[in-house]
Amino acid sequence: MSLTAYLVVAALLFTLGLGIALTRRNAILVLIGIELMLNAANLNLVAFWRFGAHPEFLTGMLFALFSIAVAAAEASVGLGLVIAWHRHSRTTDLDGMTRMKG
Amino acid sequence: MMEGFLFGLLAVLTLSGAVGAALLRNLVHCALSLTLTFVGLALLYLNLDAQFVGLSQVLVYIGAVAILVVFAILLTGGAGKMPTHPTVSAGWRTGWLAAVAVGFVLIGALLHSPLPHSDVPAPEVTVQQIGRLLMGPYVLPLEIVAVLLTVALIGAVIVAMPERKGESK
Repeated sequence: MSLTAYLVVAALLFTLGLGIALTRRNAILVLIGIELMLNAANLNLVAFWRFGAHPEFLTGMLFALFSIAVAAAEASVGLGLVIAWHRHSRTTDLDGMTRMKG
Repeated sequence: MMEGFLFGLLAVLTLSGAVGAALLRNLVHCALSLTLTFVGLALLYLNLDAQFVGLSQVLVYIGAVAILVVFAILLTGGAGKMPTHPTVSAGWRTGWLAAVAVGFVLIGALLHSPLPHSDVPAPEVTVQQIGRLLMGPYVLPLEIVAVLLTVALIGAVIVAMPERKGESK
């Protein structure tokens, strides 16, 4: 398959992730949308590595690996924050999350 | 022909998972749908001859992030009952409009840009090569990621820890 096909799939995935992050009320689902956007970027990196000029240097692939590690860190901190917020206010609704001061 | 069919199947699998996460009402169903997307992405990576990234995707996303999301949903009591109030925010039309506009801009830019042609032979990548690169030119990013993961772990535990009585709020 061509590079364009992979990039179009990644763009559609990014669009869906952005839509989820912008529209859902639940904080966990907003984090899911952000994860989808990060994954779309990773797909772009790997596709450009595969079809790029010098795939033997593995640059795009290693970038994707580091990006996966950073995304895992981000997910753990984000979900920790959601759990802390839920303990405080008994809800994960974003509409009520106007102040986070203890 | 066969390759195109396989790619289409994987693309549909990946995107349908994301659509499910966008539309389903029950949070656990959303998380399972998200896992479907992660599986599709791992298979796309394997299809791109990036075996190591594909298996890292399985380990990190399906093995850790999806489980973490399910745990967070269960701990915040989002499971079991179907939500009665609307699950999308009041301005959801504007949100989706903005997202679709961004998608149109991205895909329009993609279809009009000169991209390298596809028929490149698949490079031979061994895990040994990746390890040499990680221990050689990429050792500084590797160490920074290690520190970042440690800090994120400790931070997540401290943030999610219950406040003890008697501590100042």
